[in-house]
Amino acid sequence: MSRLEYTSVNRVAGPLLFVEGVDNAGYNELVEITLPSGETRNGQVLETSRGLAVVQIFGTTTGLDLPTTRVKFKGETVKLPVSEEILGRIFTGLGQPRDSGPPILSDTKLDISGAAINPYSRAEPSEFIQTGISAIDGMNTLVRGQKLPIFSAAGLPHNDLAAQIARQSKVLGKEETFAVVFGAMGITSEEANFFIKDFENTGALERAVLFLNLADDPSMERIITPRMALTAAEYLAFTLDTHVLVILSDMTNYCEALREISSAREEVPGRRGYPGYMYTDLASIYERAGRIKGRKGSITQIPILSMPGDDITHPIPDLTGYITEGQTVLSRELHRRGIYPPIDVLPSLSRLMNQGIGKGRTREDHRGVADQLYSAYAQGRDLRSLSAIVGEAALTESDRLYLKVADRFEKEFVSQGRYQDRGIEETLGIGWDILSMLPEGELKRIKKEFIDKYYKRQALE
Amino acid sequence: MATIQKSANIIKISGPVVEAEGMRGAKMFDVVRVGDEGLIGEVIRLSGDTASIQVYEDTAGLRPGEKVVNTGTPLSAELAPGLVTSIFDGIQRPLEIIKQQSGDMIKRGVVADPIDKKKKWKFVPTVKKGAKVQEGDIVGTVQETPIALHRIMIPVGYSGEILEISEGSFTVVEPIYRLKPESGLEKPIDFPMMQRWQVRKPRPYKQKLQPVTPLITGQRVIDAFFPIARGGTACIPGPFGSGKTVTQQQLAKWADANIIVYVGCGERGNEMTEVLATFPELEDPRTKRPLMERTILIANTSNMPVAAREASIYTGITIAEYYRDMGYAVALMADSTSRWAEALREISGRLEEMPGEEGYPAYLGRRLAEFYERAGSVITLGSDSREGSVSVIGAVSPPGGDISEPVSQNTLRVTRAFWGLDASLASRRHFPAINWLTSYSLYKDNLKDWYAKNVSQDWTDMQTRAMGILQQEAELQEIVQLVGPDALPERERAVLDSARMIREDFLQQSAYHEVDTFTSFKKDYLMLKVILKFSEKEIEAVEGGVPLSRILSLEVRNRIGRMKEVPEDAAQQELDKLLADIDEQFRALKS
Repeated sequence: MSRLEYTSVNRVAGPLLFVEGVDNAGYNELVEITLPSGETRNGQVLETSRGLAVVQIFGTTTGLDLPTTRVKFKGETVKLPVSEEILGRIFTGLGQPRDSGPPILSDTKLDISGAAINPYSRAEPSEFIQTGISAIDGMNTLVRGQKLPIFSAAGLPHNDLAAQIARQSKVLGKEETFAVVFGAMGITSEEANFFIKDFENTGALERAVLFLNLADDPSMERIITPRMALTAAEYLAFTLDTHVLVILSDMTNYCEALREISSAREEVPGRRGYPGYMYTDLASIYERAGRIKGRKGSITQIPILSMPGDDITHPIPDLTGYITEGQTVLSRELHRRGIYPPIDVLPSLSRLMNQGIGKGRTREDHRGVADQLYSAYAQGRDLRSLSAIVGEAALTESDRLYLKVADRFEKEFVSQGRYQDRGIEETLGIGWDILSMLPEGELKRIKKEFIDKYYKRQALE
Repeated sequence: MATIQKSANIIKISGPVVEAEGMRGAKMFDVVRVGDEGLIGEVIRLSGDTASIQVYEDTAGLRPGEKVVNTGTPLSAELAPGLVTSIFDGIQRPLEIIKQQSGDMIKRGVVADPIDKKKKWKFVPTVKKGAKVQEGDIVGTVQETPIALHRIMIPVGYSGEILEISEGSFTVVEPIYRLKPESGLEKPIDFPMMQRWQVRKPRPYKQKLQPVTPLITGQRVIDAFFPIARGGTACIPGPFGSGKTVTQQQLAKWADANIIVYVGCGERGNEMTEVLATFPELEDPRTKRPLMERTILIANTSNMPVAAREASIYTGITIAEYYRDMGYAVALMADSTSRWAEALREISGRLEEMPGEEGYPAYLGRRLAEFYERAGSVITLGSDSREGSVSVIGAVSPPGGDISEPVSQNTLRVTRAFWGLDASLASRRHFPAINWLTSYSLYKDNLKDWYAKNVSQDWTDMQTRAMGILQQEAELQEIVQLVGPDALPERERAVLDSARMIREDFLQQSAYHEVDTFTSFKKDYLMLKVILKFSEKEIEAVEGGVPLSRILSLEVRNRIGRMKEVPEDAAQQELDKLLADIDEQFRALKS
């Protein structure tokens, strides 16, 4: 297979180059494009047929021309060189050093598209991660190997929350710390600096790998960035036996880049112009989390996405929610009322919670307390909107009690400081404080024996 | 398998779709091996000399010019002992063997036999030498697992006289009997246990029957209000987080079918892991054996190749039909058919077909209908007229939970039970979050006789009464929204309380509580009877001037809330006692 350089670019459309006369370009093959000015850019083959290759260019097409631009097919797919040296380093969205350090030289080069973990090889995620945040630990517990996104929106403190999770996360009874892999897609340099500072302050930077594609970097790189980050994470987790926490921010920018390519290729669009294969594409990112039987490391993923127009039914959060194991939803209303973290527990969910909680993991009554808080808070919220119409006086005695429960839940349980690290006992304790406002008979979600053990009777008086 | 060698080459690659030339003679849906690595694919369009092929594996690195080899046979499933307890990918490759061959990550071009060809099974003949047999007749059995008796059948299209049949341990490919074909002209044929069947073609049967027996699922809201019949179809649409998967898994665990086929189609890897981890440990309440011993898993997770996802539901239903033909009740869960439809859409897009609604191909409705039509209660082939059934329960994941989209709508047209999941119920942790006002089951009428005979004459009437109360609640809630609950008369508030009991103490069911996770029909009946009795007395008492607050503080009211936790074997006694105590305490209230 002779690898040749071609100068036969026939058409440029958006981020795509149509290269003629290429007989056997490989699908997804890496290409190097040399501009008339001598600058080089990378790209990837998106479609190949005899006589034509469609190449997606990472970076801008500024300065590109048809007659003299050279396209070189590299004969391999996009790969990331990995070694232990990647820890503590900052890379660009394409995996080039962004700090002052040397490039990573290694014989181990991993294909960034990864391979699907055999479902038979997966181990069930079941280790409780204590984030120290009550709304997560108590209500929507995170476990090692889970993918739990944060659904946020412009102006909400999702970065603070992600940083707090990265800072405080630990597995009870174990000393191992998490390595953090951070993949930034199109976030501002200010946001990126916030994370870097926070990692520096806590000493986490030595155990972190950062891939930064900032807002002013080429949008096409964003397709590659999360895959670079996850390839590094897989190496750390499954080759170096590390527990890895991956933070990807912001997935919305990733999806926009995906849409840009799709429209340049003139594909039939799905909802809101996003390509029909976006579910599959997002799955190829999110599914790269988990645990493998017989291996020590794990990948826990916390992707952050901003819901356009606060709309949870928008295709990006919608498809994400269908793939990930739950979601943590931030609410503008709570944020306005000054509650941090503004986690709205009602639409939030952790699908793996049951595996991580209960006797021997957190506490025997955890499931019941969470369920009861859920149903009481939901009832209180309903009544809040009802009382806005008919007035509090028109509510029954028991209804007014539920209103109070909802208020206390938000102010005492959900709300906490940015540097406040609550243990699980403390979290459940606050939960019981609130539940003990209700008569015992109302606590149908909790087993009788746990009510006898934890219910605080004096609170009734 | 005869391989027809031809010089065919790749000319174009676009995602999972590859075009090849030199393919003259290929038939639609022939399986081909693509490229130097021999990736598995299937012909989906023919045009002159070129064929479009959907490839079941990742196509990265494939180049124009690489060869394509046609196997000349359509995608087929291997059917033999060894299926139960296995986990396969969408094209029936055993994931356990793939793991042994290629490690923890799935590599490309792995070839693995679906069924272990070396393992020996103890075959016990049930017919004798000289017996006249026809297609579908059972010639012997193999104990596949302690609870699954595999019946070896004469393959479709054969009949004649058994010349020889042997008892003993054999692999699935060793010949076990010799048949002299009916016509007498052909030579005798040796048959092994294993058969092949092409997955896209429904397996034949003698006659379809009206489904008249319920598939008992152990889930109260389904069994009591929106039942599915054996051989029926149901769909579960719902937004993410509303509990589709948990509901599907609950059905896979507790449904009273002989064989369960669980197809994880474009869903999460960890979900399949959960099934793999929990099913061997859970006990079937009827046979007291691990649930895994009746379960077959097909796992094509969301990040596995998209074309194999398209094939996975066909592989699943072919296996289900095979066990149906043995005379078993089989239940198939497909989670989620929306992901299957998306695979169809992606491939259709790559073929540059004219899209229908929302980019889905125009044939989406037909393909869905064809799939669900493979469900049914049937009289199978074979001279003993066995009855078997395949029940299909498909989850649908509508974007944003809005079921006006094409996959939901096309599914609703062909399924007869609808379990609509509701995000607002889920967010207050009312599980299963099946909305009782929008859901329906068209099987209720078919099942009336069964209920009258096996449960009680008044069951249908109780169903209607309970539903009536919930309906009334919905109407009263609208008034409450305007005037507040305090403004309602006592009698109406008693109705609201009755509805609350039905919702919280009957419909809500925890999948994670060791007793509550499964309820027998007998207990369903008793529980509903208790609630309706209390409701009746409550309304009567309020009308007689007793304040509602006094009724709510009755001791029996708390016990109703704990009915769920009463173990099955104590249910009759305790709930009968509760019925008596309700009478007692209301009597005391009046005096």
